[in-house]
Amino acid sequence: MNRLPENKAGRGRAARWTRRGVIGAGVLAGGALLIGIGIRPGNPVGRLKPLVAQGDEELVNSWVKIDTDNTVTAIVPHCEMGQGAHSVLGQMLADELDADWDLVKVMQAPADGNYVVTDTARMFVAPFTMNAADWIEPTYNGLFTQIARLADAMITGGSSSIRTTGQHQMRIAGAAARQMLVGAAADAWGVPANEIATRDSMLIHAGSGKRAPYAEFAAAAAEQPMPQTPRLKDIGEYRLMGKSKARTDIPGKVDGTAVFGIDAEIPAEHPAYAAVMRPPVPGTEVVSMDAEAAKAMPGVLQILNMGDHVAVVADSYWQAQQALAAMTVEWSEPESSIATMEDQFAAFAAALDEAGESGGNEAAAKGDARAAFAEAPRTIEAEYRVPYLAHAPMEPINCTAWVHDGKCEIWTSTQVPLMARKQAAAAIGLDAGDITIHHPMLGGAFGRRLVSEYVAMAARVAKATGYPVKMIWSREEDTQKSMYRPADMIRFKGGLDADGRLVSYDSIFTQRHDPAEACVPAGYAIPNVSVRVAEAPLHLPFQAWRSVDHSQHGFFTESFIDEAAHAAGIDPLDYRLAMLADAPRHKAVLERLRQVSGWDTPAGEGKGRGVAMVESFGSIVAEVAEVDMTGGKPRATKVWAVADPGYAMNPDGFRNQIEGGIVFGLTAALYGELELEGGRVKQSNFHDYRMLRMNECPDIEVALINSGPVPIGGAGEPGVPPIAPAFTNAIFAATGKRVRDLPVARQFA
Amino acid sequence: MIEFTLNGNAVSVEADPAMPILWVVREKLGLNGTKFGCGIAQCGACTVHLDGQPIRSCSTPVSQAAGRAVTTIEGIAGPDGELSRVQQAWISEQVPQCGYCQSGQIMAATALLRDTPQPTDAQIDNAMAGNICRCGTYTRIRRAIKVAAGMQDPRNAEAEA
Repeated sequence: MNRLPENKAGRGRAARWTRRGVIGAGVLAGGALLIGIGIRPGNPVGRLKPLVAQGDEELVNSWVKIDTDNTVTAIVPHCEMGQGAHSVLGQMLADELDADWDLVKVMQAPADGNYVVTDTARMFVAPFTMNAADWIEPTYNGLFTQIARLADAMITGGSSSIRTTGQHQMRIAGAAARQMLVGAAADAWGVPANEIATRDSMLIHAGSGKRAPYAEFAAAAAEQPMPQTPRLKDIGEYRLMGKSKARTDIPGKVDGTAVFGIDAEIPAEHPAYAAVMRPPVPGTEVVSMDAEAAKAMPGVLQILNMGDHVAVVADSYWQAQQALAAMTVEWSEPESSIATMEDQFAAFAAALDEAGESGGNEAAAKGDARAAFAEAPRTIEAEYRVPYLAHAPMEPINCTAWVHDGKCEIWTSTQVPLMARKQAAAAIGLDAGDITIHHPMLGGAFGRRLVSEYVAMAARVAKATGYPVKMIWSREEDTQKSMYRPADMIRFKGGLDADGRLVSYDSIFTQRHDPAEACVPAGYAIPNVSVRVAEAPLHLPFQAWRSVDHSQHGFFTESFIDEAAHAAGIDPLDYRLAMLADAPRHKAVLERLRQVSGWDTPAGEGKGRGVAMVESFGSIVAEVAEVDMTGGKPRATKVWAVADPGYAMNPDGFRNQIEGGIVFGLTAALYGELELEGGRVKQSNFHDYRMLRMNECPDIEVALINSGPVPIGGAGEPGVPPIAPAFTNAIFAATGKRVRDLPVARQFA
Repeated sequence: MIEFTLNGNAVSVEADPAMPILWVVREKLGLNGTKFGCGIAQCGACTVHLDGQPIRSCSTPVSQAAGRAVTTIEGIAGPDGELSRVQQAWISEQVPQCGYCQSGQIMAATALLRDTPQPTDAQIDNAMAGNICRCGTYTRIRRAIKVAAGMQDPRNAEAEA
């Protein structure tokens, strides 16, 4: 039952590494070797082996297995949710190891404290320590390893896997393993280590003509001293990094064999399935329920009033759903006074009104914006708003749990398996160590699976029934009773000098989450800046949504910059370039975009082009959207994107993420909207919470710029923020209508 | 007892005749490649073939399968296990991201190409508009369909970059 995804190299792979840290290695019986970077002194192999070794495999250490047939398996601590991290992390490890890519396998690390992603945690907590000197590195590593462990930081998010775990852990682990193999061969052959070459999982000594597969020295390598800061390859030495190797997880996704959380096989003769109903308004509880009709329905095993939800447990999910639909549940009165989106926006407006021209909390400041407004010959003002959005991953929220004999076993799609385990433990009164959590592939997440309330729910239902229970939320439950990209409102004021240049910039809005810098225009030289937050209550709970604050601030900022350009009578791309004299990377991205998009050629009758650029998660991405208005409604026909991530470890994988980010962001810009009725979310499923479809999808061209190898930027999120403003700026170019309120479809109904 | 053919094999299941084919295939017959996405025939993740025609298995009662042939993603590779042209193109174009919708996409594309071996863009749109991909792989799906149709050469992404 506890099938951990494992991908064959050549057809699928991924690798994942832990920090530049104490490296542990050990020998396994049977001559196989596992080399890895341990988190702390001591080799946890004995404890981990039952979790990660299969068949004849031997676990030598936490992170790398080298089997007797010369395959290398990287044990990867991040989850695979479509971003392709498994495969690319495998490339990075295998490159430093000089492994034969066709003999590399990738395996999802189990949910275990040994596999916390120290570097990811470190980037979030203390990014300024990320490129520390060698002498202080062990101290930082020890510190952040402890922090990561305490925080259960086995986490996938923030477009961070490659640039943190990949750069700082997978590569170091691969390089260390290579060095240890060379050392072992040097001892055996009686030759200097520096005369031994490695290539395609072979050790080669040219002078003596000796050659051996890695497997031959795997056991001896584990006895070698473990380098903590092995030499990593220079960019010119990369053989796998920077190459568009085919992703290891894709074959299983075209033949139906890929295992997602919802595919968990319940390990019992009589599995049970749960359909659930949560409060229609956040924070309300069950007052009463009428389950008489439901109880009598075929296949129904139990009906539970859990206080904060009701659950029907039946012998099939469909039966559980049928019975749930036959129930009547009365919920308590909501405490929130917000019943409609008008109420929500009125609350935002009230907070902004109260803050006025100079109130609120300062998020960023430069120069003296208010004094500059007084001197500016011209000022422009605008108010923008965005609605709540659901994540809507294609795999509905689900979790399978079985509580028995004082233990609990869980199967679920999650971005945070250890945090999920802790939350489930608290919910059912067990120690986290009594819970085993299996986390196969995710059918999308986009931030939704960074929270684990559904895991706790399933554990409670399983405990209450005693059955092994597969709980699945309906699409309606996840659309209406989830956590959301927040709605927000922002007010801008811009001061233009006599030449139209933006010399003063003020913004104030109500919702600030992550990343902290998202609300500040990046790259542009604006001498006087004031960015403020006036907090206002949200009716629906917040949850990070692909690109988080950048998703709304990209739209806000890049729309307002566009307004300034038009107010100045200057081409919007030229206007941006003029503010980028001191930002050569940003400037190069825009200049390339101008070229690839044919910006200076006419868009054609009824068409318009818009441009936007956002730096997020370490990558600079600019996009031009072309809109065709000839049908009366805006239709995005073509999108060009130029991205500079510093260095794309897998260019095709990076492009795929940018393409996907564009469709995700365009979907939100065109259709994305949740409305409230009586405090309840009105939209329920894909018929009214619409997704962009094939017939609406523009052609997309993505060009990459590798401006330098370090530090590199992320891929999963940075494609999203520029598309909404590029799209609405194109609408302005075509129609003269400025869209300040999303979604676009509402403006052209 | 309802009897039908599943991927070429005769099966008989005890199930409420109103139970959708999706849940019969997943829970009673143990084939998990067909996915639940919306439950109301809006997303296409559950697409299977019924006598060769693509249907939304989440909204089609198993009674309709009686005496007929159901084909799922597990049933479209060749008898020797060789992937179909469509599946191969999905790999050459590196289509999937999360992959959850792709069983349905591939079943829809397979039906399209069987009936329309050289589809136009409009025909691709028409055949594929019922299948949502939340990861946004549409441009690659379009290309993969053309590759599978022999209208375009497979990509060699590694050589390109």
